[in-house]
Amino acid sequence: MSEKIYMDYNASAPLRPEALALMQDVLTESGNASSVHSFGRKARSRIERAREQISALIGTQPNQLVFTSGATESNNTVLSAFRGQRILVSAIEHPSVLESAPAAEKIPVTQDGLQEGLQEGLIDEQAFINLLEKGEPPALISIMLVNNETGAIQPVEKLARLAKKRHPAIFIHTDAVQAAGRIKIDMPALQVDYLSLSAHKMGGPQGVGALITAPGSKPVKLLYGGGQEKRQRAGTENVAGIAGFGMAADIAQHDIENFQKLALLRDKMEENLSAITPHLRVFSKDAPRIANTSAIGLSGLSAETLIMALDLAGIAVSSGAACSSGTVKPSHVLQAMGACDDETMGAFRISIGWDTKECHIDRLIEECSKIFERTTTTAEKTDHA
Amino acid sequence: MNTLGFHKEPQDTRVVVAMSGGVDSSVTAALLHEQGYDVVGVTLQLYDHGAAIDRKGACCAGQDIHDARRIAEDFDFPHYVLDYESNFRETVIDDFADSYLRGETPIPCVRCNQTVKFHDLLKVAHDLDADCMATGHYIQRTVNKQGHAELHRAIDSTKDQSYFLFATTQEQLEFLRFPLGGWDKDVTRQHAERLGLLNAQKPDSQDICFVPNGDYASIVKKLRPAAERPGKIIHVDGRVLGDHNGIIHYTIGQRKGLGIGGGIDEANNPFYVVRLDPKQNHVIVGPKEALARNIIYLKDCNWLAGDTQDIYVKLRSVSKPEPARLQKKENGAAEIYLHAPQYGIAPGQAAVCYQENRMIGGGWIYDTANNSLEQAA
Repeated sequence: MSEKIYMDYNASAPLRPEALALMQDVLTESGNASSVHSFGRKARSRIERAREQISALIGTQPNQLVFTSGATESNNTVLSAFRGQRILVSAIEHPSVLESAPAAEKIPVTQDGLQEGLQEGLIDEQAFINLLEKGEPPALISIMLVNNETGAIQPVEKLARLAKKRHPAIFIHTDAVQAAGRIKIDMPALQVDYLSLSAHKMGGPQGVGALITAPGSKPVKLLYGGGQEKRQRAGTENVAGIAGFGMAADIAQHDIENFQKLALLRDKMEENLSAITPHLRVFSKDAPRIANTSAIGLSGLSAETLIMALDLAGIAVSSGAACSSGTVKPSHVLQAMGACDDETMGAFRISIGWDTKECHIDRLIEECSKIFERTTTTAEKTDHA
Repeated sequence: MNTLGFHKEPQDTRVVVAMSGGVDSSVTAALLHEQGYDVVGVTLQLYDHGAAIDRKGACCAGQDIHDARRIAEDFDFPHYVLDYESNFRETVIDDFADSYLRGETPIPCVRCNQTVKFHDLLKVAHDLDADCMATGHYIQRTVNKQGHAELHRAIDSTKDQSYFLFATTQEQLEFLRFPLGGWDKDVTRQHAERLGLLNAQKPDSQDICFVPNGDYASIVKKLRPAAERPGKIIHVDGRVLGDHNGIIHYTIGQRKGLGIGGGIDEANNPFYVVRLDPKQNHVIVGPKEALARNIIYLKDCNWLAGDTQDIYVKLRSVSKPEPARLQKKENGAAEIYLHAPQYGIAPGQAAVCYQENRMIGGGWIYDTANNSLEQAA
């Protein structure tokens, strides 16, 4: 089999070689960052360097940033601090938001076909305002900056202003996992109080994330124990992981213009795929989208089959969401966008990144045409049988 | 020609192996991989394991899926888990429950082979560009002079699964392979040991997979809460002998646990369940003679051989084949005339026909009759 091709960056991006090299060094260094001796001081400096690099990526001060085990922990930390109070979350959030606020009210997103020229998969602004104006003021609103399945960029700044104008005491959280290092983020301008990050979506290691809290916002805390991270998050720091996170953030920040060029590859791919199969729908196609993500719906062919067939051909793509057993479940994001069952069962996601080349796209198109041809023939055979 | 019957190298032959996580299908996959085939393992998630064992919050995948995945990892061939929960619920579990409500004794394993494994999964195998699909069933597939595949009983008669595969169509059969059909179970176990399979010691499954501990009645009750309706137990001569707590608890030919004092008549003969009447909600019991049947009516038949009349027929998975005459009818129906009456034939079971060792198809039993007394008279 020829070279394997990875097109699942939104699930986890390949580790940047520079981050790997740095982590290998750090892993050989002993020392707890809380210790007084030189070993401890060395570990501490690794962490603080990373804190500066990541803060620079999103335009905040390093002292606002707390390292966590990942965005799931960051999201849980924020959402669980508001339990029992009124919370609004978008209907297309990641499960780490939805499941940690089961009682939250869902803000709907725009659906295709309701009106001409509509950008689907974005927060429905009027519905959002209605939710703000009815009942008691919400304590917390959580809206992701970029959706992991469609890549649609949510108008978080505008929505935050709308909310704070009506209720100045409201707190806003954004899960910026899929946005960081891909579009420019200026956290103060976004008007949000909390922002979650993950290292491995931007070429850092898995198992590290961060939670950034704006000055003056309510402190939130999930883990109790030692006094690490200025008593805001207990537990010995994952020094090597944090260092790798910092390196990945630094590279992503300087590479952000190149990231926008991925849109050329993505558009070519969508165009070529449309040419080989007529029943194709690109979700959120006309909405503001990050450059690397395509959520594609195929009526009549199951995404499960397509993902397996591509995998056997050495190409890794994914369905929007995978259950723990590895089976494909219908996507709640696409359902929220009004997609029918047939469309959600035929939906798959291609997400590319820093190591994607044009020849990868050509291979994908070539394999997809073989699969479409084959499955159409077997479908006809089955129909006639 | 390679061992799977293709004129190409094993590495150019893609075979999808349906892996349950048990020893048999694991050996099948590992052996084909060892022989150099392009093996793709597929395991079906058929039901929520956590819910089936009443353990809320348990992982949705059971140990079997985990085992299948581990074996594929050990041998380094691709493996996928497909979510067939809704297909399985609609075509197998619901049918299972409804069958009991009709007073029948269903065989869900045949339905599963017929609808899920050899229909839906087979289509996936085609879509994955497979040359064939292999399973760990104990049945022999041969190719006759005309180039058509035939099915024959397994060499190990204690393991033979031909009864459960009667609904396999000729078209499906051409695409299927059963590498274990020529083996004793012992040979399979030896290969499992030799290959170092982590599940080599795993006991054979005895129960219906989605019915834990064989307690099928509780599954039926859960799916059809109205099913457990108390009614009367009536003797074939019309006498009311007692009460029952729902016909789903009874099966034709059953002798034990009838819930009527002693369970024997005046002449010290035991009572048997002779018939279940879902309309009246009656359990009808009688002496063993009342169970005798020599005519069997079949529907939804599947045939793998041309016209034949003299056959042997198996009426339960565990019973031995009985000589009989087969008469095919229109619209997939058929009638079977047994040379000697049999006892305890239950609607909902399959009647599977054989010529010597060849399994030639069969049908679903929907009714039975007895004219042996008239003939004797």
